[in-house]
Amino acid sequence: MPKIISKKYLSEKVVQLEIEAPRIAKKRKAGHFVIVRIGSNGERIPLTISQANTSNGAITLVVQVVGVTSYKLSKLETGDEVTDIVGPLGNATHISRAGTVLCAGGGVGIAPLLPIVEAMYKAGNRVVSVLAARDKELLILEKEISAFSDEVFVMTDDGSYGQKGLVTDGMEMVIAKEKIDQAIVIGPAIMMKYASMLTHKYNIPTLASLNTIMVDGTGMCGACRVSVGGRTKFVCVDGPEFNARDVDFDELLMRLGSYKNEEAGAYKKLLI
Amino acid sequence: KERIAINRVKMPEADPLSRIKSYVEVNSGLTEEQAVTEAQRCLDCVNPTCIEGCPVSINIPGFIKSIEAQDYDNAIRVLKDTNALPAVCGRVCPQEIQCEAACFYQTKLKKPPIAIGHLERFAADRARNSGKAFIPEIAVKRDGKVAIIGSGPSGLAAAGELAKLGYQVTVFEALHELGGVLKYGIPEFRLPNEIVDFEIDNLKKLGVNFEKNFIVGKTADFKDLREEGYSAFFVGSGAGLPMFMNIPGENYIGVLSANEYLTRVNLMGATKVDFDTPVLKGKNVAVIGGGNTAMDSVRTAKRLGAEKAMIVYRRSLEEMPARNEEIQHAKEEGIEFLVLNNPLEYLADKNSRVNKMKLQKMQLGEPDQSGRRRPVPVEGSEYFLEVDLVIVSIGVSPNPLIPMSLPQLETSKWKTITVSPDTMQSSVPGLFAGGDIVRGGATVILAMGDGRKAAQNIHNYLQNIM
Ligand SMILES: Cc1cc2nc3c(=O)[nH]c(=O)nc-3n(C[C@H](O)[C@H](O)[C@H](O)COP(=O)(O)OP(=O)(O)OC[C@H]3O[C@@H](n4cnc5c(N)ncnc54)[C@H](O)[C@@H]3O)c2cc1C
Ligand SMILES: Cc1cc2nc3c(=O)[nH]c(=O)nc-3n(C[C@H](O)[C@H](O)[C@H](O)COP(=O)(O)OP(=O)(O)OC[C@H]3O[C@@H](n4cnc5c(N)ncnc54)[C@H](O)[C@@H]3O)c2cc1C
Ligand code: SF4
Ligand code: SF4
Ligand code: FES
Ligand SMILES: [Mg+2]
Repeated sequence: MPKIISKKYLSEKVVQLEIEAPRIAKKRKAGHFVIVRIGSNGERIPLTISQANTSNGAITLVVQVVGVTSYKLSKLETGDEVTDIVGPLGNATHISRAGTVLCAGGGVGIAPLLPIVEAMYKAGNRVVSVLAARDKELLILEKEISAFSDEVFVMTDDGSYGQKGLVTDGMEMVIAKEKIDQAIVIGPAIMMKYASMLTHKYNIPTLASLNTIMVDGTGMCGACRVSVGGRTKFVCVDGPEFNARDVDFDELLMRLGSYKNEEAGAYKKLLI
Repeated sequence: KERIAINRVKMPEADPLSRIKSYVEVNSGLTEEQAVTEAQRCLDCVNPTCIEGCPVSINIPGFIKSIEAQDYDNAIRVLKDTNALPAVCGRVCPQEIQCEAACFYQTKLKKPPIAIGHLERFAADRARNSGKAFIPEIAVKRDGKVAIIGSGPSGLAAAGELAKLGYQVTVFEALHELGGVLKYGIPEFRLPNEIVDFEIDNLKKLGVNFEKNFIVGKTADFKDLREEGYSAFFVGSGAGLPMFMNIPGENYIGVLSANEYLTRVNLMGATKVDFDTPVLKGKNVAVIGGGNTAMDSVRTAKRLGAEKAMIVYRRSLEEMPARNEEIQHAKEEGIEFLVLNNPLEYLADKNSRVNKMKLQKMQLGEPDQSGRRRPVPVEGSEYFLEVDLVIVSIGVSPNPLIPMSLPQLETSKWKTITVSPDTMQSSVPGLFAGGDIVRGGATVILAMGDGRKAAQNIHNYLQNIM
């Protein structure tokens, strides 16, 4: 079983794990994710590959603790094994030389944004990143994003770091200053909804990476389905990235709540 | 004459009222006495037409006469000659339209056919419980590594044959469990997991390697596998992609595909204590469709406590594709059948959980291309039904992963992999395919037959190139 090589807390509830998975490390591209399972009775959850290292055959995952499985994963230590890991899944981000690319990440969404920022930068684009978090403590991966960005703006809800405001405030500021050819938004569904409404207003082609509930990740169950341009799409095989203006974010938000009661009950039981 | 006078055996079954409270297997299996008596009925015909009805041409009178002689070791040997999974096929084959439909009793004597499936299951169970391993000898070891993609029945059958021929075989499976639909789809009350695991263990003993959590086309592609020494491939990746009707409200909470529902319950253990995967339960459950998958879903819903568990099907009982036995068992278990009914729309409560569906009555019109009478809507017959869980089971399309990863692979307009019917070879040399990825949704035994046939042709192919 795949071993955890290193572990580090990026903030109180966000843990970064380096996991031995040489085949995945070799094959993965920006935008890909894996599905992991913790324990013989565990569920399958998707997590984006944030970084990969082909020399030690490791991939890096950044996990926010929100419920049973992310909690169990965060409790594993260096040397422990992950029960199952499979990938790389999904379609890689289409990386092209678009010109100036605005990359906006909110909360733990900054982790999946990182490989895209890197790939866009290396493809010769001008990359402007806007990172948002509730407060200074919760901001992650600023240094890593900066390494592949021409400019970085940080927004915090409480103004404890960077500028006070929402991710959309930061984006609007950038858009006012220069012409943006392409935008990418990753974060909580509600953030992506408002961020893509904003870029739509300015007619900027925008990609959003959707975080629907998944089971198999291979197109077999349809749990991950969401309406895009009025048609049902399976995020695991058709996505995870879609043209943001076509995504029915309200439906996405609704479907993310499918098992709210069951999940909350199970998490409470685990914590006592 | 005496043989003909015996009545067909009746499979002992768990009581409907108690079985819907558990996952106990519904069919309990024949006793030895029942099996031997049933075997006596078989006339050992000079021209055994039953064999023609079996997609893998089992020597049916051969194994049945061994049961009659109580030589059970020989019975299993005969079965395993052409069928790697007799315990599975004895349980889930649609015998009534295959081997049993072609039995002399049925065709000429107009009497109930020999219970071939029940006897096959008996012989296989007997062998499994005897503790003896029936692992075929491998005559010669041959050079050549073969990759099998998917651990469903087609992949397992191909793996078994190729291992027997002496090749190094690795089965790659995307999921964390082996068996394909046999594990994640068909519920334990029809096919206990331990039976599938036992057969997979036998393949391991035969030398077959299994790699779980490995998606060919993603974790590694064909080019990588060729570089790692694999010189032939069998794709048995199944028809996993569930279809939806694209009607309003179909994405509300509480509307899910049969694959999702069954996977959560069967593969992920959602209803067992201390398992992390959740599943929604319903009081009024509607399952849309009339195939085996629909029957499995509605009977699962009943076992999970549904007060009303309903089949909603747009044609009549007669056209239902599910096996007779499943429909019969479902009726005994109190499943309601809303035939000639078609869903139009789903409605939801303030939390977006489905709470009603709008239906329309149908009537049968002229036969369509498939020869079945086409359902036509009855104008003005729309009505509403209270439901809190809807399971959509109207069919599947082929899994897109392999075709997506290999653009030069020829596929049909239904997205199935195109193969030559004689060899099962695709448009890519050395790449063979079979089962649901070639046929669309079919059956376990057809998938296994394809696997076997492909294995033989992979053998020919490898002998030619090496
Ligand atoms: C393609 C993709 C990439 C993702 N990448 C990351 C990442 O890099 N880092 C990260 O922290 N999170 C990521 N997520 C979200 C992560 O999968 C969920 O936070 C996780 O599944 C929660 O599970 P839980 O048991 O800890 O919490 P739960 O309490 O069970 O669930 C909390 C919420 O998470 C969502 N969720 C629950 N089960 C699943 C599931 N099986 N699949 C998807 N979502 C689920 C639901 O909205 C639920 O209400 C990603 C999701 C997707 C679809
Ligand atoms: C609920 C249900 C009930 C059924 N009942 C019956 C019945 O009673 N009788 C009957 O005869 N038939 C029945 N069927 C149909 C039968 O199960 C299928 O026809 C049969 O399983 C097809 O076998 P297969 O080998 O083609 O594929 P599958 O059994 O679908 O297996 C395919 C496997 O390949 C894996 N896979 C896919 N892509 C990849 C990849 N790229 N890399 C690695 N692995 C991959 C999948 O994860 C899966 O495990 C039923 C089907 C269902 C869903
Ligand atoms: S494998 Fe199926 S069709 Fe063949 S004899 Fe057995 S039950 Fe009949
Ligand atoms: S056709 Fe019927 S009676 Fe004749 S050999 Fe086959 S099973 Fe026996
Ligand atoms: S997660 Fe099952 S189809 Fe996408
Ligand atoms: Mg969970």
